[in-house]
Amino acid sequence: MKKLQVLGPGCPKCLELARRTEEAAKAAGGDYEVEKVSDLGKIMAFGVLMTPALVVDGEVKVVGQVPSVEEIRKMIA
Amino acid sequence: MKSEQSQEQAVTVAVTAETSLRPCSFTGRMKTAAAELSARQILKLTLLALGLIIWYPVYGRLAPFSLWITHDIFRIAPNTHLGDAVSFFFLDIPKVFMLLALVIFGVGIIRSFFTPERTRDILAGKREVLGDVLAALLGVVTPFCSCSAVPLFIGFVEAGIPIGVTFAFLISAPMVNEIALVLLFGLFGWRIALIYLSMGLLIAMTTGWIIGRLNMERQVEDWVYEIRMGQTPALLQNLTWMSRIDYGLHQVREIVGKVWIYIILGIGAGAAIHGYVPEGFLAALMGRQAWWSVPVAVILGAPLYSNAAGIIPVVQALLAKGAALGTVLAFMMSIIGISFPECVILRKVLKPRLIAVFIGVVTVGIIIVGFIFNAIM
Repeated sequence: MKKLQVLGPGCPKCLELARRTEEAAKAAGGDYEVEKVSDLGKIMAFGVLMTPALVVDGEVKVVGQVPSVEEIRKMIA
Repeated sequence: MKSEQSQEQAVTVAVTAETSLRPCSFTGRMKTAAAELSARQILKLTLLALGLIIWYPVYGRLAPFSLWITHDIFRIAPNTHLGDAVSFFFLDIPKVFMLLALVIFGVGIIRSFFTPERTRDILAGKREVLGDVLAALLGVVTPFCSCSAVPLFIGFVEAGIPIGVTFAFLISAPMVNEIALVLLFGLFGWRIALIYLSMGLLIAMTTGWIIGRLNMERQVEDWVYEIRMGQTPALLQNLTWMSRIDYGLHQVREIVGKVWIYIILGIGAGAAIHGYVPEGFLAALMGRQAWWSVPVAVILGAPLYSNAAGIIPVVQALLAKGAALGTVLAFMMSIIGISFPECVILRKVLKPRLIAVFIGVVTVGIIIVGFIFNAIM
């Protein structure tokens, strides 16, 4: 199972990234766990200065951007 | 499964990172780079180059184009109210969108070099005055959105950057806005755009310097000092030119997609004013003689918040009706630079006193700029 974490304190962009990540995970059909991380301490622990960010199995893949569902699908594959 | 995955990762790393294994000579590097491009990327680059080549000739012919549409297609007589308004609309719409696309793309490329992580590394360990100047300049080129204000603030504090320098950055980033800069350039010329840029920088630098003098370190919430930052993610360290270009194009799509409706509405309103409202309509209220109009405009503007694309047409309308430039610029800066939502976000990391100082110093700074402008223009 892969762990997908969406980092963001809850701004519109972060919500959009979370929505797209869930959609991409559904489309990919694999075994995914999507988690929203809004605690600032935890966000900072990833070394991220800009939100939203997407973390796949502990590795930061996106910072400060909202990629398309298709792009996210490639990142989590 | 596991090995497949790591193999794929290895391939991505090889493509995205500029490794030291590449040939040193320029042509050699170009060859390696060209070999790595896919057919789709080559098509994209060709289209992009074509677009850049025809940009200027097209831009230069927009005025005759707008007259042609108004007089030949719509058959509206020249020198009428309607004719003025319609030709203004068809001149400004393509002009603003062309400038916007070019500038956002250019700024996007520049920004791909200045991630907040790199900006932080540049600012760490700089002395106050030099730090304030650098922070204000970097605020213009570093990609930043106000929802990231808190993580960015914590990251800067953690890296040991002084509070004042951090504020110089936080003020300059929203205040000197590239969309505002483009619209001012397109609609009013380079002089006003340059004035806006330099005044925004000046306010950010001096405000940062003043906040630095006031020793406000204790006015930051205590938990901020306890946070430990992780290492900078690897994906941010090296980018290829192809991914920088993609980033620039992505920015164009995202920003134009977000603001186009405001621009069309705004230019529509501007066109109506251009054609129908008499000149000097607002001169008594917001003209140079009415000195009190500057503080009133700033105080009215502070609680309002709008993005730059929405505010410039208002600026245009006010100027056209006879308002003084200083008053209007002050109004615009206070709307863009002092935003209530950002203050609410920053309240998480700052104590109320520091927020009050921040708002107060920026407000006074903008008022002074407004006065200076009205005096010299």
